[in-house]
Amino acid sequence: MLSIKNLHAVVEGKEILKGINLEIKPGEIHAIMGPNGSGKSTLANVLAGHEKYEVTEGEITFMGENLLDQAAEDRARNGLFLSFQYPIEIPGVSMVNFLKTAVNEHRKHKGLDPLTASQFLKLMEEKKKVVEISSQLTNRSVNEGFSGGEKKRNEIFQMAMLEPRLSILDETDSGLDIDALRVVANGVNALKRDDNATIVVTHYQRLLDYIIPDHVHVMYNGKIVKSAGKELAYELEEKGYDWIKKELGE
Amino acid sequence: MTEQDKLLEQVTNEDYKFGFVTDIETDIIDIGLNEDVVRLISLKKEEPEWMLDFRLKAYRKWLEMKAPDWAYLKVPPIDYQSISYYAAPKQKKKLNSLDEVDQELLDTFNKLGIPLEEQKHLAGVAVDAVMDSVSVKTTFKEVLAEKGIIFCSFSEAVREFPDLVKKYLGNAVPYADNYFAALNSAVFSDGSFCYIPKGVRCPMELSTYFRINAANTGQFERTLIVADDDSYVSYLEGCTAPMRDENQLHAAVVEIIAMERAEVKYSTVQNWYPGDKNGKGGIYNFVTKRGICRGDYSKISWTQVETGSAITWKYPSCVLMGDHSKGEFYSVALTNHHQQADTGTKMIHIGKNTKSLIVSKGISAGVSNNSYRGLVKVSKRADNARNFSQCDSLLMGSKCGAHTFPYIECANKSAILEHEATTSKISEDQIFYCNQRGIDTEDAVAMIVNGYAKEVLNKLPMEFAVEAQKLLALSLEGSVG
Repeated sequence: MLSIKNLHAVVEGKEILKGINLEIKPGEIHAIMGPNGSGKSTLANVLAGHEKYEVTEGEITFMGENLLDQAAEDRARNGLFLSFQYPIEIPGVSMVNFLKTAVNEHRKHKGLDPLTASQFLKLMEEKKKVVEISSQLTNRSVNEGFSGGEKKRNEIFQMAMLEPRLSILDETDSGLDIDALRVVANGVNALKRDDNATIVVTHYQRLLDYIIPDHVHVMYNGKIVKSAGKELAYELEEKGYDWIKKELGE
Repeated sequence: MTEQDKLLEQVTNEDYKFGFVTDIETDIIDIGLNEDVVRLISLKKEEPEWMLDFRLKAYRKWLEMKAPDWAYLKVPPIDYQSISYYAAPKQKKKLNSLDEVDQELLDTFNKLGIPLEEQKHLAGVAVDAVMDSVSVKTTFKEVLAEKGIIFCSFSEAVREFPDLVKKYLGNAVPYADNYFAALNSAVFSDGSFCYIPKGVRCPMELSTYFRINAANTGQFERTLIVADDDSYVSYLEGCTAPMRDENQLHAAVVEIIAMERAEVKYSTVQNWYPGDKNGKGGIYNFVTKRGICRGDYSKISWTQVETGSAITWKYPSCVLMGDHSKGEFYSVALTNHHQQADTGTKMIHIGKNTKSLIVSKGISAGVSNNSYRGLVKVSKRADNARNFSQCDSLLMGSKCGAHTFPYIECANKSAILEHEATTSKISEDQIFYCNQRGIDTEDAVAMIVNGYAKEVLNKLPMEFAVEAQKLLALSLEGSVG
C-alpha cells in the first residue's frame, strides 16, 4: 500500500529526514515512536504533502502510484488521511459545510454523485457514534473553541467520514485524558478493516495499550533505527530512548 | 511561486464575467459640463421647473467646491469636461408593455441574470433596471400598486409624484453635502424611487440593477426611498459595467427616510468593473448614501458587499434623529490587484436611546489597499446612546494594505461606545488543512474568506447571499500565506 524508499526531506534548508525506508501493507498498524525532534511529525507532513517540506531524495509509492507527484488534495482523495497534531481553527466555516465539501470531493474523485443534504446528515449521524462526538461540536465552526481533546476527537470523526485507505495519526494521544484516549482509540479500532492501514505516530507507549500495532519503528535523528513487533514499545517504555541512543553508540 | 499560489492565481484571474458591451444605438450627448448641459439633461427628461432649479443650484455650488482629499486613496485627476453626462439606449417612444422593450436590452439583462419578464422572474423580487442614464423597465409595478407602494424610476416619479419627490429630495443628502453629491444633484440621470405607505409591509424585495454600458460616460443615479410610519421594505442594489481601458466615473446618491417605527433594509452587491490585473481601467465609485431615522423606533440597516470598482469612496450612514431609533452597517469590502477602497459608515446619534451597530470586514489581496473609515457621533442631547463597532481585516499575501480609521465624537456622558478590531491573515496551515481533506486551494480560500465574512453575508437576502459568496470567491487572486 505504502512504500517509502530512502526518503530525504528538508525544512527551511535543514535536513530532517535522512533516508527513511518503510513498507506498509493493507490491514497493518504501524507505530512510529521516537524522541522529540527525531522527524516523526515531519514524516507525517511529508506524506500528506505539506509544501513547507521539500523532498530532496527518495521515492514514495502509495496505492501503486507515485505519491510525490500528487498535490496534497489529490493524496487525500486517493485515500491518505492525516490526523493533525494541532488541528487548526477555521472561523465561520461550519463543520457541516466543511465536511460536506470534503466528502463530496472524495466522491467526485471516485466518479460518484455528490451526497444530498439529507444523505450527508444521515452519514454524519452514523459516524458521530463511532467517536461519541456530540452535535454541539459538529454544529460549530471548524475546530473553533474546541478543547484539545475535542479537536482530536473531531479528527477521528473526520477520518470516519472520509474512510481513508491509510490514516496517519500524528501525536493523536497528546493532550488527551484517559477517557478521551479510550474514545479515540476505540474509534480507530472500529474503523479498522483488512483493506486499510494506520500509522500511529506517538511519543508515548500509552496509546499503544489501546491500539495494538503490528510493527513498531523507532525514529532517531531522521532515520528509522529499529523495527520490531509490539514488544518494542514496552521495551522503550521501560528503558527510555536513551537506550536506543546508547545502542547507536552515542 | 508555489503550486498553491499558481493555482490560486489561475483560478482567481478568471475574467470579469460582466465585462461585455451591449451593441445598441445610444442617444449620447457631447462630452463636457456646463449650465447648458444641466439644462439639456433636465429637458431630455421633460422635468418641471423646480427640478431644474435644484440641479442648477447644485451645479453652481459644485463649481465652488473641491474634491475631498482626506480619504486614503490615490485618485488620479478626473477631467470632468471629458465625460458625457447623459447616455440613453435608444428605444421606441413611451413603452406600454414589455413587448416594446428592445430585445437587445432584454438580452443584456438576461445575460446579467436579471430577467425582466415577470413570469420568468423568481418570485419575490421586483426590479427596476437602469442602463446608463435611464430606467429600462420596472417589474411588478402593478402588484405593488395594489398595496399603495410606489416603485418606479426616478424620472417617472418626478413626473407622476412631484409632491412626494419635492418633499423628500435632498432631505438626507442635501445638494451641497459634498463634492460628489453636488455633482450628482446637478447631473443625475435616473435611478429608483420608492414610497411605502403607512402600515404597509412590502411583500417582496425591491431591487435596482444599475448597468453602465456606453463608453466615455459617467453614471449618476439617484435613489430615494421613503418608508412611512409602521412600514417595512427590503431593498437590493446590484451593479456591473463593461470592461474598458478607461476609467469611468460613478457618483450616485441614495437617500432613505424612515418615519415612525418604519424599517428599511438596504443591501448592495457592488460589482462594478474593477480594472484589469495591472490596474488599467475600472470604475471610480464615489457614492453618498445616507438614511435618516426620522421617526421614533425607526430602523435603517445597510448591508454592502463591495468587490468591484478601481476606487471606492463610500460611507453609507445613518442619522438617528428619532428616539429609540437604530442604525446598522454590515460591510464586506474586498480589494484585489490595484483596487483601492476607503469605505465605512457614519452613525450620528441625535435622538435619545438610539443604538447603532457596525460590523466591517475588509479583505485585501494583491497590491490593493483597503481602508475602513467610520464616525460615531453622539450629540449633546442623545442620552443613553449605544454603539458597538467591530472592524476586522483579512490580509492575503504580503503586498496589500489594510487600514482602519475610526473616529468617535461624544458629547453626552451617558453614551456607551465600544470598538473592537482584529487583523488576520489566511494561513498556509488553514489551506493545508483543507487540502488534506481533499479540498483544493481555490475552494479552500473561498471557504475561508466566506467564513470570515459570514456574519455580514448572513444579513443579505438569500439569493443575494449565494451570489455574494460566489463573487467573493471569484474576486480573489494573489498569494496566500
